[in-house]
Amino acid sequence: MSAEKKLAIIATKGSLDWAYPPFILASTAAALGYETQIFFTFYGLQLLRKNLHLEVTPLGNPGMPMPMAMDKWFPVLLTALPGMQSMMTMMMKKKMKAKGVASIEELRSLCQEAEVKLIACQMTVDLFDLDTSEFIDGVEYGGAATFFEFAGETDICLYI
Amino acid sequence: MADYDQELDASGLNCPLPILRAKKTLSGMESGKILHVIATDPGSVKDFEAFAKQTGNALMESKEQGGKFHFLIKKA
Repeated sequence: MSAEKKLAIIATKGSLDWAYPPFILASTAAALGYETQIFFTFYGLQLLRKNLHLEVTPLGNPGMPMPMAMDKWFPVLLTALPGMQSMMTMMMKKKMKAKGVASIEELRSLCQEAEVKLIACQMTVDLFDLDTSEFIDGVEYGGAATFFEFAGETDICLYI
Repeated sequence: MADYDQELDASGLNCPLPILRAKKTLSGMESGKILHVIATDPGSVKDFEAFAKQTGNALMESKEQGGKFHFLIKKA
């Protein structure tokens, strides 16, 4: 095996769809022998909750394929109707399960097993008054300088 | 298919699970032992090549048979 490579990811988004890239890439990188860290900031902090309630929304996302080709004919404004978001989330989760896509919980615990370091942005935790007892165990807390300490030595650094 | 020491059925699982499961299984195996992975994810063909290249574990065989993908990986 070559000398250990390093990957740093900044996870900034807190929706179900955007929860995937950081955890997929981090777990895979770890399996390939990368030393990996994910820095969770702003809405990305939602990905650290013990009880995840992540959703997808078709709102403001013209690229999102919808059931019955609704993305082609369904008026955009109507996707803002109450219940649409939870319905889309339910359908997305069902589809993911049917296609053998891992759940976020599963990928996240695979990351932890593989010793991917999860760092929560202290500033945003304070800003949003988030209760860190609702976060999974093993999360570390730090700021921008903490991130750069590792990021400065990485081979790959991604902002998601 | 040549002989192997351990088998991992990753059928029905999608990226990146076949790779992650394979990595986990290999971690528990001794050097030189051979793992047979079965997968249905078409992306796994290229992924196992890349996995082998980057981890140093040798991909001894990769083939499609009966609608499934079979890989033989020798633990480095």
